[in-house]
Amino acid sequence: MINFIFLFFFLLIAISAIVVLWSRNVLYSAFSLLVTFLGISALYVMAGADFVAVTQILIYVGGILVLLIFGVMLTNKGDRKTDDKNDILTESRNRFWGILVAIGLFTLLFYTFSGADFAGIHRQNFGDNEQSLSSVKGVGVQLMTEFVLPFEITGILLMVALIGSAYLASSRKSDD
Amino acid sequence: MENNYLSYYLLLSALLFSIGLAIVIVKRNIIVVLMGIELMLNAVNLNLVAFSKNDPNLQGQMFALFVMVVAVCEAVVALAITLKAFEHFKTVNLDRINELKK
Repeated sequence: MINFIFLFFFLLIAISAIVVLWSRNVLYSAFSLLVTFLGISALYVMAGADFVAVTQILIYVGGILVLLIFGVMLTNKGDRKTDDKNDILTESRNRFWGILVAIGLFTLLFYTFSGADFAGIHRQNFGDNEQSLSSVKGVGVQLMTEFVLPFEITGILLMVALIGSAYLASSRKSDD
Repeated sequence: MENNYLSYYLLLSALLFSIGLAIVIVKRNIIVVLMGIELMLNAVNLNLVAFSKNDPNLQGQMFALFVMVVAVCEAVVALAITLKAFEHFKTVNLDRINELKK
């Protein structure tokens, strides 16, 4: 049963990612990226990382994707040459070489990890520690103990990004 | 759920990373290129989470969380730059945004 669920999400992610690449319409790409993110969060749940899965939905689907769609909205006024009704199309270049490089990278990665042996990871390195059902408590403890410095630096980074992007995107007429 | 799922996670991650790279190379719209970058970051996160599956210290999951935060910052700043570039060049086609200064 779990195999079929895994296979379902695997195919869902692969197909929707290919649709992102294939589609010329920017909004179709955005919506199939939504499907990809949701499928990846389902795979996080199956890997026992429920906190990361919820964070994935909150940040990627609720934040980044909405931001991207806002970007599509804000950068498409006026210059419409085509007679397509409301389609926002993207052009593509270097199609052959791009796909070739991607396939080459995939072959390289596949060759690398198909030759590796991961069978010993589970038992040898980590032992038989039974993990609790939820990883939320572990994540919280780790954030407050071992990762407290990166956590605080993350706060500073977010503030810098907020101020910087607000400054960049603000319309200042005086110095233009 | 035994550990033999790990190779499928790696396969999917490699696939997503390659597709993201292809999107970044092929597409000419800034927003779509950003989507490709997000896809690549997600592939990396998937790898990290898959490897930290049986780790009691959750190091991979923590790293994935920090990667997500950095991805948010990157997307926000990139969109702000995109808005300014659109204001100046009146286009988001990367081939036509080709000068730094007039």
